[in-house]
Order: sequence, then structure tokens, then C-alpha cells
Amino acid sequence: MKIHGKAIKFGDNVDTDVILPGKYLTLIDPSELARHALEGIDPSFPEKAKRGVIIIGGKNFGCGSSREQAPLALKYAGVQCVLAESFARIFFRNAINIGLPVVDCKGISTFANDNDDLVADFDLGDIKNLTTRESIHASRLPQFILEILTDGGLIENLRKRLKKK
Amino acid sequence: MAKASGKDLVHPSEIVDANVDVVMVHDLTGPLAVEAFKKIGVDKVWDNKKIVIILDHQVPAESVKAAELHKMMRKFAKEQGIVLYDVGKGGICHQVMPEKGHVIPGNLIVGADSHTCTYGAFGAFATGIGSTEAASVFATGKIWLKVPSTVKINVKGQFQNYVTPKDLILHIISEVGADGATYKSVEFTGPAIKNMNMSGRLTLCNMAVEMGAKNGVVEPDEVTTHFLKGRTNKSLPTFDSLKSDPNAKYEKEIDIDVTELLPQVAVPPCVDNVKAASELANERIEQAFIGSCTNGRIEDLRLAAQILKGRTVKESVRTLVIPASKEVYSLALKEGLIEIFTDAGAMVCGSTCGPCLGGHIGLLAAGETCISTSNRNFIGRMGSKEANVFLASPATVAASAVTGKITDPQTLEANRK
Repeated sequence: MKIHGKAIKFGDNVDTDVILPGKYLTLIDPSELARHALEGIDPSFPEKAKRGVIIIGGKNFGCGSSREQAPLALKYAGVQCVLAESFARIFFRNAINIGLPVVDCKGISTFANDNDDLVADFDLGDIKNLTTRESIHASRLPQFILEILTDGGLIENLRKRLKKK
Repeated sequence: MAKASGKDLVHPSEIVDANVDVVMVHDLTGPLAVEAFKKIGVDKVWDNKKIVIILDHQVPAESVKAAELHKMMRKFAKEQGIVLYDVGKGGICHQVMPEKGHVIPGNLIVGADSHTCTYGAFGAFATGIGSTEAASVFATGKIWLKVPSTVKINVKGQFQNYVTPKDLILHIISEVGADGATYKSVEFTGPAIKNMNMSGRLTLCNMAVEMGAKNGVVEPDEVTTHFLKGRTNKSLPTFDSLKSDPNAKYEKEIDIDVTELLPQVAVPPCVDNVKAASELANERIEQAFIGSCTNGRIEDLRLAAQILKGRTVKESVRTLVIPASKEVYSLALKEGLIEIFTDAGAMVCGSTCGPCLGGHIGLLAAGETCISTSNRNFIGRMGSKEANVFLASPATVAASAVTGKITDPQTLEANRK
């Protein structure tokens, strides 16, 4: 799985309350959630993300609540994947389960800047910066997680597995 | 985790396919779980006796949207024969789960709420998951989990008056950092934990996630048995099998003596940005909130009432008291605590998560400051993103409500006439 897009960079400890404030949790339509993605940091984010972006995060990206609405809002706003120094564990699982690719990558926050042109190869765990012509190694996700992502999320993956049985 | 995956032994970093004993969802995570479950293509859940639904975040319904979601959850519960704690019958999920006997030592519990780690206070393995994953558990009863390494926190000493387990956990989080225990298990142990009541242990485990932990855990003992008595007819395991091995390897050990610990406050917008209450004495507040899954238990309300008795809260401070469950509310009523709160000028609301997550009841306007017994002080957590939330113990919040500024409860009580 290869993803190509422009970088939008954030700092450390981007929490789920700024990704999707609690007052929007009664929304269940993903496109409505997307309108409020990252509203707590940058209300213009959904407009910027429309073109299909790659989020660069610092440490502990997605810390806080278990709300799946947070990765859903990002995905439907146009975020193609999130590359961060590290992730909070529930956000990490949620993102994979809804089919938003995420991987931790030490050094990513200094490797990429806003608007850099990036290609993330999830199979190899390899990130290329086409703007600076540099590359960096990310973690390699286990095969079963890559399969969940390729299938488009846990539900699709589970349907496939249950059918096989 | 070994028991849940049918193995004799597991090691950190190993990925196991674990059988789930109990799964919980609430009104904000349940609807997405139900929608996802319907897409899986199975008619019935794997075991309706092992699923619990609790309406707590936006109750009573604060909007038509919320009312529709609650209706959807009731319908699903009825169709599948799942227990649902409705408005006025339960309370905040993390209080109701133990009260109603859904938490058994040694069980593997997952919940679609990040504070599910609270149940580790009973020696259960409990961790938060998302809605889609809850749907998958509804269908299969299984979940993949990575075996965590463990950080051990040894706590000794005697708490001073008006210093509480909340002050201890804020202090621990400031030592470990907001991501210092990410993916790890945090074990709370030592004489001060042994002497701690269930309420305090629940507060500690509840906030394990605020340092990134997968779960928090306390060895079950007679305090655990005493709490569970009469609450469950499930058989309890022998606690010997749930004790830490004497030769257990820890990734890190931290020793803490609580004897010198003073009332602590987490300064926004990070939970690990912690100072002594006395250092923040000039910080003016507009709202004080006593409640939540962290500190809405009867022991918390008793402590707050002890400070508020015979006093009134500052004219300029809105003070909200929200008992964590119907059981806590009834006890507070019998003990005369509710009267103390209302006499002091506080508003007592029915059991709900309320302002903690900025859903409804007691939201903040731009430029306002709240001191709260809850667990998160992130930007926009309680309403406006230009509002500030400080986190503290029920004693510190009650003392601050009286003066209108962040106040060390020890100082306030020392001056009581």
C-alpha cells in the first residue's frame, strides 16, 4: 500500500478533544464529522485537507478519549494517512479499524515540513520526501494489520474472514 | 491475558487472540458500534449476557439527536436481550459496572471508553477500545491484544489530611509524563495502596490512561472482596492466581512516599503539567465541578461536604455536584450531603458525565476557568476552546469554590472558625 500526498504538520500530544470536540459526538454521519476535523487547533483544516493530505504528528498523537469519531472525521475530511513519532493506543487501533492508515516513525517531525510532497510505503515501512529527496524508515505494521487496512477496515476484514469459515 | 487466550504463559510484545469476559459501550460509542455490527452480517451477538450498555454521557437526552441515539440503543438492547442501564437507573458507566457486579477480578474486560482501565482496581485486565472494535467483539467475543510490559509504582506512607488518591495520581502522571506509559500496564502496589479503599484505587486506575497506559491494576484483596459482597453471584477466582509473581520483571519501578505529598493541581492544557495547589493561589475560577468517573463516588462527596459544611460557595462561582451513580446519589441523600451542597449554593444534578467532556450541563464560555475533579484539561474539553480547566481533588475543588480562587484545602481548613 503506497500513499502519496502533501504534508500538514502538527505538534506533540494532539488529543481527541481537539481532533473532534465532545459537542459533536452525537453526529454519526462521517461527512458531518469531517466538517469539524481538528477544529480545536485549526478550524480551516477541513478546507486544507480536501485535496488529500498526509498528517505529520509529534509524540502521543490521538491521546485522550476512545471516540472513533476522531479518526473518522480525519479520514472523511481527506486525510490519507497519519505518520507520527508515536500514537496513543486507542487512537491507533481505531484508525486501523476504520481503515485510516497510521504508522509510527521516529524522526518524522523533523523529516517533513508543511506542504512537502511525501510517499508512504506501508508494506516496506518506508517514507520518501520528494521535496527534500530524503527517505526515512517507519515501523512495519504486522501482516494482519496491513490486511485490515487493505480491506478498508475491521468490519470488511471480519466479513471476509467469517465468509471463509 | 494468558488465561484469556488459553495459554500457560505470555510475554510482553506477544500478540494474543483473547476471549473477552465483558464488553461495555455507552451512548456516545454504542451507536457507531451498533451500526458497524449490522454491517458484519451476523444476526445475533456472541453472548448477550456478556455485553453491557450504559446511557451516561448525554443523559437525560440534551438534544433530539441524542434522544434518537438513545432510542436506537434501547431498540438494539431489546432485540438482542442485552442489559441496558437507562436514565435514572444506573449512572456513569465506570461506577455502574463495578456497583452492579459486572467487574470480576481476573476477568478480561473491554469497553468503548478510554477510562475502562478503571476496573483494574479490582484486579481485572480492562482496557479501552473503539466502537468498531466493540462491534467485532459483539460478533466474535474475541479481540487481539499485545501483551504489555509493566511499570510498577510502589507507594508507601500516610496521606495528610485533605490529600487524596487524586493528588497521588496527578503526582504520578507528572513524574511519568502524558505518554510515559503508552502501551504499558501500570501496577499500583505497596502499603499505601493496601490501606486504600476501593474508591481511591478506582481513582488511580481510572487515570492510568492519562499517562498513555493500556491498563492500570491493583492486586485484589479483602478490600476488593468486601466491595463485591452482595453485588455479584458470579464465583470469584482465588486471588493467589492474580498476584504478581515474586520474580516478575518490570520495565520500570517508581517509589513514592505520600507522607509529604501536598494537594496537587493539573494546569491546562496537559494532565502532566502539575503544581501544588498553593502555587496557584491567585488563579480565579468561575466554575467548580465535583463529579465524573474519576471523583464522583460517595467518599469524594463526603470529603467535599466536609469542606462545604457551614460555608457558602463564592457568589461568582457556579458549583456543580454530580454523584457518579444512582446508588451514590441515594447514599448522599441519606447522609445529608445533598443538603450541605444545596445550602452552600451548589447545584446538584442527576448522575451523568455532564461537563467533564463538554457534552452538556455546565459548559464554559471563552475566558472562563473551571476547577474540576474530572480527568482531562485539554483545549476545548469543557466547551469553549478559550476556556481553562484545572484538575484537582474533591477537597481542593470544594475549597476553591468557597474562595473563588484555587485554594489549598489544608489552608482553608486551618483557618476554619
